[in-house]
Amino acid sequence: MKVTINGTTEEVAEGLSVADAVKRAGHEGAAFGVAVALNGEVVPRSTWTGAHLSEGDQIEVLVAAQGG
Amino acid sequence: MSSRLIMGTGGARSLEALEQALIASGAELATVALRRVDPTAKGSIIDVLERAGCRLLPNTAGCYTAADAVTTAKLARDAFETDWVKLEVIGDDKTLLPDPVGLLDAAEELVDDGFIVLAYTNDDPILAKRLEGLGCAAVMPLGSPIGSGMGIRNTYNLTLIVEQTSVPVILDAGVGTASDAAIAMELGCDGVLLASAVTRAQQPATMAMAMRKAVEAGRLARVAGRIPRRLYAEASTPDEGLPEL
Repeated sequence: MKVTINGTTEEVAEGLSVADAVKRAGHEGAAFGVAVALNGEVVPRSTWTGAHLSEGDQIEVLVAAQGG
Repeated sequence: MSSRLIMGTGGARSLEALEQALIASGAELATVALRRVDPTAKGSIIDVLERAGCRLLPNTAGCYTAADAVTTAKLARDAFETDWVKLEVIGDDKTLLPDPVGLLDAAEELVDDGFIVLAYTNDDPILAKRLEGLGCAAVMPLGSPIGSGMGIRNTYNLTLIVEQTSVPVILDAGVGTASDAAIAMELGCDGVLLASAVTRAQQPATMAMAMRKAVEAGRLARVAGRIPRRLYAEASTPDEGLPEL
């Protein structure tokens, strides 16, 4: 199925979990400091492994960056 | 926290330069933004802040609508496990001035949702009053536009804001050099937040040290109670005992 991860549309396995999408976006390791928005809504860290993407979903995987 | 200087982390040439500047500044609180993961990036700003002894204050930099700012704040709360947020809702990309309407809407929603909101605002005392009334934990008026280095453009308005506000007032944006930070504290601000003045200085760590001293000096001067401005001289040497020569 096609989903958009951090602005790039990719072909991924059906039912890809949010946790796996986070790894695909390039973040490995501890989840502290990482946030996920799925179609504009916050996906709390505790639910990442249980949440799955659907066709056409837009997911943003965000981390702390210089700013402010 | 004993430091009244809050550091922004935007504009540093490298994480190493940022770390040195943070340490030199003595800041105990530093802001970060939320951006997409960059798999090629080396180093972690979270680690930098930790080594520098700074607590992390997420901000909603880059948000032009209340909805975006609210979502960003919620994302940051989940990522960093803090209810604190520096709220920015920007109205114009050339001046980066706040959008007052979006700002009030976002502040109201975030305060209702339990956030500790430090609101970046302009130098309008009425808007500051509204933000305080909504329950913002701090009001953060700009001195001049972000990164402009123009210092405090409207000292009169800033004085009014300080006078009328019961929550902390933190000058945020436009600081160019040390004297700007000192003046902010002399005018009665409770703290100063700056980034570009340090991160884009020719020698960031040295400027960070200057800012640290400026904030301390300005605060001491405020507490010490300055002499009033007079139109004419007031002799500091008494006439008594003057010889007739």
